[in-house]
Amino acid sequence: MHSPTPFSRSAGILTFSLLLAWPAYAETPPQLLRQYEAAARQDESAFQANAARGEAFYRTRQPASTTGKATTACAGCHSPDPRQLGRTRANKQIEPLAPAANPERFTDRAKVEKWFGRNCGDTFGRDCTPAEKADFIAWLANLR
Amino acid sequence: MKLSSRQTIQAATLLIAASVSGYLFASGGSSGSSFAPLSNANWASECASCHTLYHPALLPERSWRKLMRTLGQHFGEDASVDEATEKEIADFLASNAADRSDHRRARKIAQAIPAGTTPLRSSETAYFIRKHEELSPSIWKRKAIGSKANCIACHADAGQGNFDEHSIRIPR
Repeated sequence: MHSPTPFSRSAGILTFSLLLAWPAYAETPPQLLRQYEAAARQDESAFQANAARGEAFYRTRQPASTTGKATTACAGCHSPDPRQLGRTRANKQIEPLAPAANPERFTDRAKVEKWFGRNCGDTFGRDCTPAEKADFIAWLANLR
Repeated sequence: MKLSSRQTIQAATLLIAASVSGYLFASGGSSGSSFAPLSNANWASECASCHTLYHPALLPERSWRKLMRTLGQHFGEDASVDEATEKEIADFLASNAADRSDHRRARKIAQAIPAGTTPLRSSETAYFIRKHEELSPSIWKRKAIGSKANCIACHADAGQGNFDEHSIRIPR
């Protein structure tokens, strides 16, 4: 049985304060990208995320007949340049989607899944695949 | 005893002031043009992701319950939240709703909604329509406003329940 040395105690306090001071980001965009890539490889073992495909996906316009709604593309609300502010249909400002302009993006898996879940349904009338999500992040996270 | 005209004016002023404040106190509930500012983290973040944060006193409990039950199809968009969050926000909205508030303006909003109807938009309520009837239809189409759902375009502190007439700024 030994009590903590002053060094280990202060190291503990230091670690704890660092944790407190660190932004509360659970994940980083590259971590999320790797997670989606790994999921996509379940279906296609050679899958590699591709930023160009991600950009094309972002700009894909769905005919209104697909969803029965006016919402037709990611770019429609998030702006053609995702480093800029977007606008919802209710005219509320959307903070930029690209991490270069908004470091909070793609740092919380639950939040990312919540919005993919809602917006893929609204925009494409279906869920997005892990491969599409990986491509999407690969493009956005590498914009400077 | 004879009062000078100055004393008469003073006495009259005092009498009017006393009766006005008596009326205000006696009218019960909270008055003033702003609703009480409220705080609930999930309400503030979930309900303001896509639109103005609507104060619960703008609609009656039955409206909020219905809105919260149908978030999967929320004015054409999927706004669903997990079950625990849904219950928490619904209960928060309900307990501060127009028909459960003692605020004078909230009661007016609730009383102007016919029983048996469940409006899902504040802008469809008789109170809203009456309060905005002097605005020409073209004002709503201005780029900075866009729709009747965009309260904060003119009422900057709408989320805090401030609809005070003196703080309205209509963007050009």
